[in-house]
Amino acid sequence: MDGRTESLRSWDRGGPRNETAATAAGGPVAETDQALLETPLAALHRALGARMVPFAGHAMPVQYPAGIIAEHLHCRSAAALFDVSHMGQAELAGDGAAAALEALTPADIRGLKPGRQRYGLLTTMLGGVFDDFMVANLGNRLHLVVNASRKEQDFALMEAALPAGLRLRRLPDRALVALQGPKAAEAIAPLAPDLAALSFMGVTETVVAGVPAVVSRSGYTGEDGFEISVPAEQAEAFARALLAQPGVQPAGLGARDSLRLEAGLCLYGNDIDETTSPVEAALTWTIGKRRRMAWDFPGAERVREELANGPKRLRVGLRPEGRQPARAHTEIQAADGRPVGEVTSGGFGPSLGGPMAMGYVTRAEAEDGTALSLMVRGKALPARVAPLPFIPHRYAR
Amino acid sequence: MSELKFTKDHEWVRLDGDAAVIGITDHAQNALGDVVFVDLPEIGREVAAGEACAVVESVKAASDIYAPISGRIVEVNSALGEDPGLINREPTGEGWFFKLEPKDPSEAAALMDEGAYAAFVESQS
Repeated sequence: MDGRTESLRSWDRGGPRNETAATAAGGPVAETDQALLETPLAALHRALGARMVPFAGHAMPVQYPAGIIAEHLHCRSAAALFDVSHMGQAELAGDGAAAALEALTPADIRGLKPGRQRYGLLTTMLGGVFDDFMVANLGNRLHLVVNASRKEQDFALMEAALPAGLRLRRLPDRALVALQGPKAAEAIAPLAPDLAALSFMGVTETVVAGVPAVVSRSGYTGEDGFEISVPAEQAEAFARALLAQPGVQPAGLGARDSLRLEAGLCLYGNDIDETTSPVEAALTWTIGKRRRMAWDFPGAERVREELANGPKRLRVGLRPEGRQPARAHTEIQAADGRPVGEVTSGGFGPSLGGPMAMGYVTRAEAEDGTALSLMVRGKALPARVAPLPFIPHRYAR
Repeated sequence: MSELKFTKDHEWVRLDGDAAVIGITDHAQNALGDVVFVDLPEIGREVAAGEACAVVESVKAASDIYAPISGRIVEVNSALGEDPGLINREPTGEGWFFKLEPKDPSEAAALMDEGAYAAFVESQS
C-alpha cells in the first residue's frame, strides 16, 4: 500500500481526503462543516437528495441519488444542470480595463470583441500558472469567472494591478449554473428563445425564465451548453425552472470531474499550478498572437525559452490497460523503469468505458502511443500516451 | 450459514462452513458510489486482522479493504473483475470480495452484530 488509499471509515467524514472532488481544487480545503460556505442552491441540493462534500471551502453536491456514472452519461446524452456558484465572479469596467488585465495574463483581452468570451491563464513572474479563468466582453464591462480555490488570491492580484480609476467589482451575490449536454439548447429554448443564435464562446445579457442573466455558450464537459450567471436570490427558482424542462437532470461535482477529464480539460491545482508553464500544459493556444510578439506578460521569459527550445515536460493523456484507474500523484515510469513523470488527474471515464488519466512526462516520452508504466500501489500498470480529448468535443460552432 | 458480523471499517464477514466470506456493507457501497475496479488479494496469502488486503475503486476514489479476522485467503470473487457493479447491487450477496480460512473462528464473534453495526453507522452520521 502506498498510503494514498484510506479505509472505508473515512467516508463517515464525508469522503476520504484523496477524493477527487474534495482535493481537486488544490487550495485549502475546509475540514470542518462549520467553516464551509454554502451556495444559493444549497437547499435545493438537499431537497434533491445530494451528497454534500467540502470543496474549496464550500459544501458542494458531489452526486445526487442517480450516482456519478448515471449523471455523467445523462450529460453526454441529454442535459445536466451543475451548480458552479462556488466559483468567483467579478466585473471590470472602465477605460483601460482590458489593458489592465493584460498585465496579468498572456491572453489577448484587448482583442476580445463585445459578445465574446475567452479562456485564459493568469501567469506568475516565473512563468507558472496562477489560475485559469474565463473572461467575457459584455460591451460596457468585462465579466470574469475564476476558480473557487483561487478567487481570493486572484481578485487581490487584480486589485493590486489595477491603475487608478479602475475598480474590480466582486459579485458574491450572483449564482452560476451550467446547463450542459446535446439537449441543453433545446431545453433552454422555451425559456430564452434568443439563445439559439449564440455560438460557442459567445456571451449575452438576456432574460431567461424571467430572470436577468449573463449567459455564455461554454462549459467544462466537452458538450454544447451554457453557463448562466443569475442573481443569488432568484437562483433556486431559476434552477428549478431549468430542471422542469424535459431531459434536464441535476449532476454533481463527481460527474463534472469525469466529464472534464474525458474532455481533456485542465483542473487548476491538479493539472496546472504555479510550477507548470502554459507551454508544458499544452495551453500555448491561450497566448495571444500579439502577446507572443511583445512578450509583455508575467513569465514571458520562460514561455519564450520553452517555445524556442521545447519544454522539458509536457501534459499528455494516458490510457491504462484493463480497468484499473491510476489516480493523481501516481508515478509514471518509462519502459526501462526510469521515472519520467507523474499523473495529475486520473479516474474512470464512464463514456470511455475505461480508465483515463492526464499527467506530465518528459518530452521524449510525450509522443502518442508511447508505452509507459503507472506505479499503482507498488505494481506497474501498463499504459500508453493517448491524444486528448478522450471523448471528442461537441461544441456548437 | 451464520449471521453477518461487521467491522468499524464497514466490512462484513460471514462464517460459511470452514471459510469466512468477506465483503463491504450496503452503507459502504452507498457511500463509495459506483464501483469501477477491485484489486483482490492473492490466494494463499496470510493476512492478520486489520491488515489492508484489497482495494475498491469507485469513480471518485480508492479505498482499502481490511481483513476483519486473521487467516489465509482461499478464494477471491472473480466475477468482480468483469462486473464490479455487483458490489453496488448486491454488497452482502454476489458482491463478496474474498474468502479466507480463519486462523481463529472465535475472532469473528468479537465483531459487531447487525444491531450494533446499525447503531455505529447512526453514530457516525
